[in-house]
Amino acid sequence: MTQNPDTYSAAGEVGAVLEKRTFWTRLKLDLKKSPWSARFGMVIIFIYAMLAIFAPVFAPYGEAQVFPTPYAPWSSEFIFGTDQIGRDIFSRLIYGARNTVGIAVATTFLAFLIGGALGLIAAINRSYIDQALSRLVDVFMAIPSLIFALVLLSIFGSTVLNLIIIIAVLDSTRVFRLTRAVAINVVVMDYVEAARLRGEGLGWIMRKEILPNIMPPLIAEFGLRFCFVFLSIAALSFLGVGIQPPTADWGSMVRENASLIQFAQYDLKAGLTPLLPAAAIALLTVAVNFVVDWFLHKTSGLRDEQ
Amino acid sequence: MSSNSGKGDILLEIKNLEIEGFSDEKWHDIVKGVDLTLRCGEVMGLIGESGAGKSTLGLAAMGFTQPGCRIKAGQIKFDGVDLAKLSDAKKRSYWGTRMTYVAQSAAASFNPAHRLIVQTTASTIRSGSKSKEDAYRDARGLYETLNLPDPKNIGERYPHQVSGGQLQRVMTAMAMSPRPDLIIFDEPTTALDVTTQVEVLSAMREIVETFNTAAIYITHDLAVVAQMADFIKVLRYGKEVEEAPTRQMLATPKEAYTKSLWSVRSLEKEEQKGGNSLLSLKGIDASYGTAKVLHNVNIEVAKGTTVAVVGESGSGKSTTARVITGLLPQTAGSVEFDGKALPKSLSERTKEEKRRIQMIYQMADTAMNPRQTVGEIIGRPLEFYLGMRGAEKSRRILDLLEMIELNGDFMQRLPGELSGGQKQRICIARALAAEPDFIICDEVTSALDQIVQEGILKLLMRLQKELGLTYLFITHDISTVKAISDQVVVMNQGEVVEQGQKTDVFQPPHPEYTELLLSSVPEMDPDWLTNLNAARRAG
Repeated sequence: MTQNPDTYSAAGEVGAVLEKRTFWTRLKLDLKKSPWSARFGMVIIFIYAMLAIFAPVFAPYGEAQVFPTPYAPWSSEFIFGTDQIGRDIFSRLIYGARNTVGIAVATTFLAFLIGGALGLIAAINRSYIDQALSRLVDVFMAIPSLIFALVLLSIFGSTVLNLIIIIAVLDSTRVFRLTRAVAINVVVMDYVEAARLRGEGLGWIMRKEILPNIMPPLIAEFGLRFCFVFLSIAALSFLGVGIQPPTADWGSMVRENASLIQFAQYDLKAGLTPLLPAAAIALLTVAVNFVVDWFLHKTSGLRDEQ
Repeated sequence: MSSNSGKGDILLEIKNLEIEGFSDEKWHDIVKGVDLTLRCGEVMGLIGESGAGKSTLGLAAMGFTQPGCRIKAGQIKFDGVDLAKLSDAKKRSYWGTRMTYVAQSAAASFNPAHRLIVQTTASTIRSGSKSKEDAYRDARGLYETLNLPDPKNIGERYPHQVSGGQLQRVMTAMAMSPRPDLIIFDEPTTALDVTTQVEVLSAMREIVETFNTAAIYITHDLAVVAQMADFIKVLRYGKEVEEAPTRQMLATPKEAYTKSLWSVRSLEKEEQKGGNSLLSLKGIDASYGTAKVLHNVNIEVAKGTTVAVVGESGSGKSTTARVITGLLPQTAGSVEFDGKALPKSLSERTKEEKRRIQMIYQMADTAMNPRQTVGEIIGRPLEFYLGMRGAEKSRRILDLLEMIELNGDFMQRLPGELSGGQKQRICIARALAAEPDFIICDEVTSALDQIVQEGILKLLMRLQKELGLTYLFITHDISTVKAISDQVVVMNQGEVVEQGQKTDVFQPPHPEYTELLLSSVPEMDPDWLTNLNAARRAG
């Protein structure tokens, strides 16, 4: 604030000029103030990402390498033992991170591409296109998605590509609804009208005028949607129509080793084995939720009590 | 409730008050050591531009600070008790009973789910000073004093069922219901039309006088404060500039800053006769759905002149602008621009036709994308219409920034980092970037402080002279019309009531509506409201 003389000058007017900070300094500031839950979440996500990317480096054995002893107990050779046909469970857990998480990320991206684009178009257009899309989405959302996915996968076959497309389309309905709802608040702004008056095309208005202003809720939704997609894929795999063997995947690993759980009374560790992939799923879901919570709180504009 | 009645006793005494606010990771001073003394039954006017700290000070008079703010030093003595030292729970026994608050936007401050009378009497009943029946009866009496229509039953309505001016009066009744010792009015008429403002002002003054209540009246409109206040305090940058009794302050302001506030209203443009017609609206009808909002509107705009369109909200001013820009295709009539009829809808118009007509909005905040820098905002029309790129574009952006009296430092700023006047200037630059012939200014100054308004109006006039621009200037403020226009069009309920050269329109005799509109504009005379009310009652 400058103590201005009494003459008026436009450039000297008081405006709250923010300190220019680079992306990294801002990130550092944010991280410094982040709660422990978010930090915990970020560490877990980082570890998962590393495991997924460098799976062959961390895994002691191959993804589908079969050893002579099925159902081997936990030992120094096989940390978490082997499964029903003698594959190392620890290695498959690590490869599972790559497969399950990778497919879930791809599916979420696709869901956002479809749902986000259509949601923006519906919000800008607000005419029959909006009506048609919205009602179609209502119909899709009225059908329980897991059962719907089961039916579609049985019809089209359980390939990875089909899995990604079907789940992405089903989950894009939620993305559509959110995008449309938040974009409608931005569409009525004068700057969007100004862009229209200028004669800008639909693409420009979507990308430059609206999208940057609705990013925070979309990013948060991306995190949550990822969790749901991840859980549905695991559930479908558990049911046997998801990721197919011999590809390592946490959902099918739970199913394949489920019978071990009844041996817990003789060997506690054997009983724990089928729970390990389930725990891996749970941990990642919780971690992502922690980070999303923090992000939502940060962007909601609520002030922490000083 | 008043335990301290009679004019003359000191009710509120603020000493060396300092308040700071937290933003951008730092504490900033907002109010920097202000003293204030208010006696029972006195009305103090608090004026200053936005950011001067007047609202913060007004709230602090109740011992309240907004979230993110805190009282750093000083004392706020209300009836002998230092509010700055009390806990919130203790302060709550004062709030809503002995001191009340009237907010700027009544529409945003009422709870839409409850009937008006329930909200009017809530704090009175809670404090236990009156029974429900007594409080309701009293509220109906207050509605009557405030000249609300059907005072017996209006309380049974919900907030959305009454008009903005009525809601503002109900809010005054709410503030008055517990018979407080002190009322804080925070710009209560800023959002209202002039004709409504007069009614609300009269009502508020009457009620303050009737009950001998002390009040702090916060505003940036001098003419309004002149009607209300016994004495005026001018604030700037969180500090007091000057304080004096109203008449003395109006007659002989001491400080240069105060004088500059006074001089704004003297701005007046020399009237020009127009040459060839640039734009003409012929027999325009327009409607939103089935509701017809424009009826046979004919307006002529001559090249190089400014036509001011005046009227209250809902009179069809902005709709006329939407028809011209093509956002709302007319149902009858034609828009002729430079001798050719323009296609009705925006999508049928050529890029060139769009380029030649530009628009500047009322709320500069929402007219600029908050995620784009000033450079991007001004640069886009250059790129889009004129195909400029790279260095040529940056050079032109710099030219434009200089044209609007800003400089290259602003290129990288985001709209959130600009003051209200600067934002509006950037919007003007964006319009200029397209090199238009015709600019529609939709209430461009009504959200700004007076000094800033003056700056913007001067800028627009200079640009008109230099670039030969033609303006259609939509406004509800008569002093703005006087300042900028050559011709005036008065609109009411979708029809043109009167139009002609400025001097002719402002010259009596007027059609009835023009008369009402013109007489409702507050003047810098402390007796204006009294005289007006006397004249209206007599007439």
